[in-house]
Amino acid sequence: MMRRLALFAVPLLLGGCNLVVLNPAGDVAQRQGDLVLMATGLMLLIILPVMALTVLFAWRYRAANREARYEPEWSHSTGLELVIWAAPLIIIICLGALTWAGTHLLDPYRALSRIAPDRPVAASTRPLEVQVVALDWKWLFILPEQGVASVNELAAPVDRPIRFRITSTAVMNSFFIPALAGQIYAMPGMETTLHGVINRAGEYEGFSANYSGAGFSGMRFRFHGLDGNGFEGWVAQLRQAGEGLDRQRFLALQRPSQNEPIRHFSAVDPDLFSAIVNACVEPGRMCRHDMMSIDARGGLGVAGIDSVRRIGSDGAATGRTTAMVSSICTIPSFPEARPMPPPVAQARLTGAGLRPPGLDGSQPLAVTQLPPGPES
Amino acid sequence: MTTPSDVSPILGKLTLAALPLDQPILVVTFIVVAILGAMLLGAITWFRQWGYLWREWLTSVDHKKIGIMYLILGTIMLLRGFADAIMMRLQQAMAFNGSEGYLPPHHYDQIFTAHGVIMIFFVGMPFVTGFMNYVVPLQIGARDVAFPFLNNFSFWMTVGGVILVMMSLFVGEFAKTGWLAYPPLSGLTYSPDVGVDYWIWALQIAGVGTTLSGINLLVTIIKMRAPGMSLMKMPIFTWTALCTNVLIVATFPVLTAVLALQGLDRYLGMNFFTSDLGGNAMMYVNLIWIWGHPEVYILILPLFGVFSEVTSTFSGKRLFGYTSMVYATVVITILSYLVWLHHFFTMGSGASVNSFFGITTMVISIPTGAKLFNWLFTMYRGRIRFELPMMWTIAFMLTFVVGGMTGVLLAVPPADFVLHNSLFLVAHFHNVIIGGVLFGSFAAINFWFPKAFGFRLDPFWGKVSFWCWVPGFWLAFMPLYILGLMGITRRMRVFDDPSLQIFFVIAGFGVAVIACGIAAMLIQFGVSILRRDRLRDTTGDPWAGRTLEWSTSSPPPEYNFAFTPVAHDLDAWYDMKQRGHERPAAGFRTIQMPRNTGAGIVLAAFSTICGFALIWHIWWLAAGSFLAVLVTAIAHTFDYDRTFRIPAETIADTEAQRARALAAAE
Repeated sequence: MMRRLALFAVPLLLGGCNLVVLNPAGDVAQRQGDLVLMATGLMLLIILPVMALTVLFAWRYRAANREARYEPEWSHSTGLELVIWAAPLIIIICLGALTWAGTHLLDPYRALSRIAPDRPVAASTRPLEVQVVALDWKWLFILPEQGVASVNELAAPVDRPIRFRITSTAVMNSFFIPALAGQIYAMPGMETTLHGVINRAGEYEGFSANYSGAGFSGMRFRFHGLDGNGFEGWVAQLRQAGEGLDRQRFLALQRPSQNEPIRHFSAVDPDLFSAIVNACVEPGRMCRHDMMSIDARGGLGVAGIDSVRRIGSDGAATGRTTAMVSSICTIPSFPEARPMPPPVAQARLTGAGLRPPGLDGSQPLAVTQLPPGPES
Repeated sequence: MTTPSDVSPILGKLTLAALPLDQPILVVTFIVVAILGAMLLGAITWFRQWGYLWREWLTSVDHKKIGIMYLILGTIMLLRGFADAIMMRLQQAMAFNGSEGYLPPHHYDQIFTAHGVIMIFFVGMPFVTGFMNYVVPLQIGARDVAFPFLNNFSFWMTVGGVILVMMSLFVGEFAKTGWLAYPPLSGLTYSPDVGVDYWIWALQIAGVGTTLSGINLLVTIIKMRAPGMSLMKMPIFTWTALCTNVLIVATFPVLTAVLALQGLDRYLGMNFFTSDLGGNAMMYVNLIWIWGHPEVYILILPLFGVFSEVTSTFSGKRLFGYTSMVYATVVITILSYLVWLHHFFTMGSGASVNSFFGITTMVISIPTGAKLFNWLFTMYRGRIRFELPMMWTIAFMLTFVVGGMTGVLLAVPPADFVLHNSLFLVAHFHNVIIGGVLFGSFAAINFWFPKAFGFRLDPFWGKVSFWCWVPGFWLAFMPLYILGLMGITRRMRVFDDPSLQIFFVIAGFGVAVIACGIAAMLIQFGVSILRRDRLRDTTGDPWAGRTLEWSTSSPPPEYNFAFTPVAHDLDAWYDMKQRGHERPAAGFRTIQMPRNTGAGIVLAAFSTICGFALIWHIWWLAAGSFLAVLVTAIAHTFDYDRTFRIPAETIADTEAQRARALAAAE
């Protein structure tokens, strides 16, 4: 035991130990970190006695100690069995309740209901929207409200809720700013959501937490929490970049590259993110939402084969041709008006009675309404 | 699909460029391996041991010899996997302040992939399968497993997987995807090289072996128990083996299927897991973890059985709460299927789904906790002898609880959001796999070695190894827990923040201490063989054992038991000793035993060749070797001469010899 404690102590004494997970700068991460400590404390209630008893019994009942009672046939005690099963059960019931409530309160899909203890978010507050795209091997951030974008650098105003919409172009990555909030995967053809808020100004680390290939180690970015006019200043700086981000520039940007420097874009194609999620940035590709809506109506049948186009070899490496589905519709983009699930009511700490997103109001999740198919 | 012109019809994608002649580390490794291999083969030839090896070991269907071969395989692969660990620790300790370390991504990414694959599939699994193979038939009073030929075949299929993984070191490359090869990264677009194909076929071939060995042991335990041994009188290790094999039979087909689908994506241009044309990579993630989570219980459950046997034996006491131990094991078996999603809470599931899987995961800690208490109360009012197996058990109890605690912590979804994929997670699973599976394997090796070879392992070097391994483990992984809390993620090759370096240096130092532990263990084996006469055990029961394997001689005769024992009690051998058991001296009868066959090794060899051909797209060879597999398998079904008889006189002789040895020992 002592050895173990000493081991813990040595690195701490060495200093420079910034336990960002337990001591972050954002309210969400702080609550997650608090949950780590609470759960650990709960479990230590049973772990420590077990460790102590192990050492005690091992010492007390050593063969050399002839004083200790020896009962070779004793192997059952109903009372003791009850305690043995009940003790972990009680701990797990407590931890389970904590988990249920914590998981719902900290559901990354839900809008924030507070930015700090006792500082609820006003109903009128609109969160800052950030569209996050994981590329091989760099991060693209699009701020649709401001109409700017940047690579490997992001800033957000202090105390304003942030809503991240996250996707990827190539492989799986995990979007993680430990100081701000927990991580969420960035996956191609899928969109995930994360809410967070930064409470202290400063410069923080962000990175991919899921291995994504050769350039993974360099897939890091700066995240600035900016006070007062700082954020406006940062956006203004981006606006002066001179370079815009349209589909062609994006296609060039998404080519694999490592240890990419910070880059700024002064203007962004407003439909770009939707096109990325739907894998139709390249001209002529059918967007996934179109494909899904066609399929939902029964598909194109045999005629659909005609829409699959072979598009040249993807390099000598595989020596194979790849295929794509060419677009047959001309709907340029996906309707953006999706309602955000409302925040969790703080009063309901138990998490009981929480309804899944989309069921809270009268309106259902906005699935693109399609005209009825020909068969109906 | 077109066949590119640079794929030769004779050699497929295989060219001289596949040999890593430009990588000095690999060239030196190859030279060392080649020299050692040549020396070994030369020695076998010089001492004319090929015939002996072929007749007595390679073609053996004896569960004891197969068990020993599994353990040798696991030990060799432990050295390979550990070499990878040293290289990773060294890279991470070096790559600071602008230094790139000494490994380029191409090499480093293969190393951490290979480390995970090897440690799980080719160290953990052979250890566990080896113990079950050796011990289960002896514990239940059987003469062999239910399907002895299948057992031999299973072992050689595992070796086939090992050969492919090892071959990837020198011919081509291994996967650079992480041990579970998530698509789309492992898809053809992002991993066009042969690495992922090596991964697929090594696991596919070894997986056939694992599945068949699971079926085999399951049938053995269900059908071949000694008379009187009802399920609730079955030794606890056999119980855990039963549950493990249920898990193997139910989950390995899932792995086979997911590898097959991934293979179809890569070979035939299908789109199950691509991000285009309707594929969905998350389906892969679900499937692989539906296999992957039960897999960790496949590894740990038999070792829980080992700890139970060891605690009871060395405390000189009945196991406390046998019935609740059995139910705890069964509950863990069932629950292990209901938790897989906790490996990807962070992929965007809803809060209710995450809570469900988080809570089911925590619930597993209840039966696990009950087990721990049962071991504790087995020690209570016992007479504990601190031989090596017991020392490993105590170390396990103190280590595993910490790993269990961090595991439950990771099962809390909001906590997982900040700890997922971090070095905290890496520390957690090494905490349970080293603290549980490896410590348990070392306990088991020290415990059953005298049974297998008739002499004990040297306690001095065993203790040296113990005192290197246990503190070495803490030194290597405590810094990783702290780094995880500092938000450092896994699989990083270079670091920016210089303040982290000290932690990696400490972890590297810990790995060096573990290396001493491994060296001491190898010395322990060597020293024990040299001093075997002094360490000899003639009683067959060196630890005052409680279960049937200790009732026969050490090493047991080919037929295990001259007469099938009858179990009257849970601790059957203890019970027999208490009631003044007399060894029968006469009335022996002829015993029919399975005959050795080379079919298993031939089938596995052709399968391995087929795998190699598929990896390199050598289609004629793949078709040919697959055909050879079919022909060999069909030909083997016409071999009706599968058994031989051991005459009663031979048995009488063997048993009389043992009687004399026992008398001399008294």
